Amino acid sequence: MRLALALIAVFALVVVAAPARAEIEVNVNRGDVQPLPIAIPPFGGPQGPDIAGVISANLQRSGLFRPLDPSSFVEHDLDPAVQPRFPLWKQINAQALLNGQVTQQGGQLRVAFRLWDVNAEQQLLGLEFTSTPDNWRRIAHKISDAVYERLTGEKGYFDTRVVFVAESGGRGAKVKRLAIMDQDGANPSYLTDGSFIVMTPRFSSTSQEITYMALRPQGSSVYLFNLETGRRESLGQFPGMVFAPRFSPDGSKVAFSVEHAGNSDVYVMDLHNRSSVRLTSDPAIDTSPSFSPDGRSIVFNSDRSGSPQLYVMGADGSNPHRISFGDGRYTTPVWSPTGEYIAFTKQTGGEFHIGVMKPDGSDERILTSSYLDEGPTWAPNGRVLMFAREAANGASRLWTVDVTGRILQPVPYPLGGSDPAWSPLLQ
Amino acid sequence: MVSIPDRKTALRLALVATAAASMAACASHPKPAYPTTRPPAAAPAPRGETAPPPAPVSQAALPGSEQDFVINVGDRVYFDFDKFQIRPDAQPILDAQSAWLSKYPAVTVRIEGNCDERGTREYNLALGARRANAVRDYLVAHGVASGRITTISYGKEKPIDPGSGDEADQHNRNAHTAITGGAAAR
Repeated sequence: MRLALALIAVFALVVVAAPARAEIEVNVNRGDVQPLPIAIPPFGGPQGPDIAGVISANLQRSGLFRPLDPSSFVEHDLDPAVQPRFPLWKQINAQALLNGQVTQQGGQLRVAFRLWDVNAEQQLLGLEFTSTPDNWRRIAHKISDAVYERLTGEKGYFDTRVVFVAESGGRGAKVKRLAIMDQDGANPSYLTDGSFIVMTPRFSSTSQEITYMALRPQGSSVYLFNLETGRRESLGQFPGMVFAPRFSPDGSKVAFSVEHAGNSDVYVMDLHNRSSVRLTSDPAIDTSPSFSPDGRSIVFNSDRSGSPQLYVMGADGSNPHRISFGDGRYTTPVWSPTGEYIAFTKQTGGEFHIGVMKPDGSDERILTSSYLDEGPTWAPNGRVLMFAREAANGASRLWTVDVTGRILQPVPYPLGGSDPAWSPLLQ
Repeated sequence: MVSIPDRKTALRLALVATAAASMAACASHPKPAYPTTRPPAAAPAPRGETAPPPAPVSQAALPGSEQDFVINVGDRVYFDFDKFQIRPDAQPILDAQSAWLSKYPAVTVRIEGNCDERGTREYNLALGARRANAVRDYLVAHGVASGRITTISYGKEKPIDPGSGDEADQHNRNAHTAITGGAAAR
């Protein structure tokens, strides 16, 4: 697996040196935001239209942008070195314009692009990315992130991958394979052969390593798997089942559940010396741990009150306290990368929901409802959640919803999937 | 040892029929009478009008065999939603399992805890482990040596009923006692 990618951002193309204030901006905090109309004409040169298409699809799916229909464009064959004719873009109500040019030389693909504020007649960005031609989608994702960040003021999440469980076959006969793909469903590849059950993969903050659980009749195992080297190692033997692994934010530890004689508790292992510490000792089910981004706290799932609810404790197991008090069963808590929210699965009224709440349990908001929604994972900027939605017939697909609950859509991966985990931004 | 003639297919068909009848007979009220792990075999296609009917073959499960356990004892007990307590209707089956395992002390078993899909994956793994251990504890309390029993939870990963709804959910909330060694050969 080739992850060491030569992506070079060259800022020399920025011709407008003064940090002129742009008039357009996208407010990511408003649930009722009107998507920003943006014109993305096909880039010139080899694979230019494909690159523009990937960028357009990314921005559209974010819900914050409305890419305009290219058939409405009046000016064609734009040269990024030349200022566009702004009136022709104003007349189709474009507020932003992204144009680019692809050149191939010496086995490298070079993509130069500029982002313009149409009404202010200003350049907002001028960059180029260079990589190998087979890496054109990553260049498109990096350009998408650059545009997103310039117009929203927040980091993007397009140059990321998702590790998940690819599913085939019907309920009761499902074949489950560990899989990884780009966040937009492209480039899927499969890391296990389906001969045993895999579940709940999670990324390390370095994104080069994942942890996941394998389940065989002989028992369960938690593995660390380095995506770059292919090296796979077990966390070790435990008296009962071991499951629900997650990395700490610095990647130095893994929290997980160990079951012994029917009782599941949360443990944490230091990956340097492989020593484990038990963090909970309640006779109830304690599982699904998730670290806060500062590494100081862990949110987890416990039925110690009689039904599954969410609890927060110190990373050393101190002071566990319940944070979920709504009507229903709460499971799969996941702390957001910004620390602002905890996402969860909630079961109430015969339906399953994905929701978010503040880490103190306040401000609960339900974002989705269906027969079976489960297992949210955060985009690295904390703006979008991916989760699995299973229909009553057993077919499970990956979906995304933004944190306002406004933009709900299936991931454009054509096959079945569950247990998604979003990577950090790639390096 | 009973020697089995070379008519495995016919025997297996008869065996399945017996198993189904046995399970149906056991079923009372909402207690599920779900067939065990072996899917029913397809009926043989009719050949021709002149073909004579096959001679009847009587069969019975070999004592001490896996079939004996599945048919005459019962290899699966069921649970209420989000519960792992042994229900009254499960006790006779587990009592029979204990007695059978005492009679055949070479047999080892794996108790597999299963859940319906109306719960999330990791919670259900923990819940299935509770169910498997509840059955294990029951068998041990009734004289089965703990060293003969292993447990595993499949959570909601291995539903025996592919449907959805209350009936399928009830079928899928179970603990299955799988024989892992020491049973009489078929």
